[in-house]
Amino acid sequence: MILIHCPYCDEKRPEIEFANAGQAHVARPLDPSSQSDEEWEAYLFIRANPRGRHHERWRHVHGCGRFFNAVRDTVTDKFETTYKAGEPRR
Amino acid sequence: MTHHSAFSLFAKALGGHQDWPEQWPDAAPKPAYDAIIVGGGGHGLGAAYYLAKKYGITNVAVLEKGWIGGGNTGRNTTIIRSNYLYDESAHLYDHAVKLWDGLSQELNYNVMYSKRGVMMLAHNVHDVQSLQRHINANRLNGVDNEWLTPQQAKDYCPPLNISPDARHPVLGAALQRRGGTARHDSVAWGYARAAAALGVDIIQNCAVTAIRRGADGAVEGVETTRGPIATKRIGVSAAGNTSVVMQMAGLDFPLESYPLQALVSEPVKPTFPCVVMSNTVHAYMSQSDKGELVIGAGTDQYVSYSQRGALHIIEHTLAAICEIFPIYRRMRMLRTWGGIVDVTPDRSPILGKTPVKGLYVNCGWGTGGFKATPGAGDLLAYTMAKDEPHPINAPFNLDRFRNGRLIDEAAAAAVAH
Repeated sequence: MILIHCPYCDEKRPEIEFANAGQAHVARPLDPSSQSDEEWEAYLFIRANPRGRHHERWRHVHGCGRFFNAVRDTVTDKFETTYKAGEPRR
Repeated sequence: MTHHSAFSLFAKALGGHQDWPEQWPDAAPKPAYDAIIVGGGGHGLGAAYYLAKKYGITNVAVLEKGWIGGGNTGRNTTIIRSNYLYDESAHLYDHAVKLWDGLSQELNYNVMYSKRGVMMLAHNVHDVQSLQRHINANRLNGVDNEWLTPQQAKDYCPPLNISPDARHPVLGAALQRRGGTARHDSVAWGYARAAAALGVDIIQNCAVTAIRRGADGAVEGVETTRGPIATKRIGVSAAGNTSVVMQMAGLDFPLESYPLQALVSEPVKPTFPCVVMSNTVHAYMSQSDKGELVIGAGTDQYVSYSQRGALHIIEHTLAAICEIFPIYRRMRMLRTWGGIVDVTPDRSPILGKTPVKGLYVNCGWGTGGFKATPGAGDLLAYTMAKDEPHPINAPFNLDRFRNGRLIDEAAAAAVAH
């Protein structure tokens, strides 16, 4: 089981305390009614799915309950860093 | 290619099985092919075989970055069934089940397809209603599926615990008798051998590193770790690595790759006569002909290409297995492993053309691609040969994520898929 650093609790905790919430920095369209089908497809369905460095969201569900972002290598599963929601992409 | 028969097997046995020839040659890449299949798993080898056999395109190469059948083909739990809810899915998976039926004879290679039945358990009222809806939908589509009472389920699978006091009480079960298992390695080997006999080059240790495209955007070939190869038609059947290959052609796909784990016990005498699946508690099991209990666990929650998963996923599954089949509580597990599965948003595959001319894709089978091996191979071959999808795989196009015509087996199957 991987250990994940929660940037709010500032502690490394086991993975079972966390829920993965998918790719990070996918911004919801500000004006939904103006979006084309292509833009909706990209927002709803298209995912980076990289083999290597990956930005993703996690939620510390069995802890502070807050969402944060992480950078993890998808080949080694090693976390590079975690940072609070709202902070710029690393 | 030497013909396999009971007599040839007997003759080789007399010689102590010392003089078996190689089953297919280890080919080196040629400068050009009429078609290239990326990915030497069951699906890719099947596509190459059907291209040569049914559509007359024999100048074909299968490029495999590792070894034949070393990916998800050799890592799955070998379950075959077609009891899917939606019409499109039922037709797609039943097309495969029909091909499984004569596959050993067609390939002259024993894939050990055993119609031992796939039984799905209902543990609560929702399960009962959902499974009965599946049964009705399946029957309307000509797919066999029937309802069993708890006692009938126990008669069909004696190790099952149907006590009303059980942690996961059994309220009934849906049984597809045509479902069952096959020997996964044999499927890859059988297709490889039969395809090679028809002239297909099967090239191992040959990873695709780039897709070359002409001025009009159409594919012109691939760069590989064993040199460039020219071709006008590329079929990508790369499972968990599909996103990576597609990005070589500048395409972003609606896929995420997750580790899916499985495990086997020590081999024991035959005790488990069928396949049992429980979607609610997420456990499924069968017994291989070698005697191992073959158990499927769930996916990890995060995207990964590591081909291994977390232990707590396995613990969760084994806890459920021990509750449903108490006789196995003292069994020891021998091996666990993981494969990388490519999952679409609606949990249905993508099988058809792409926006790039000459580039075809077969992906998104998620946690349940093995059962579809012959069907997926046949339909990818059809799509590549005719440059248009077969009516069976036409609904499984890439455009459905744009026009909203999803085939939402995610909601229908809940979890185990």
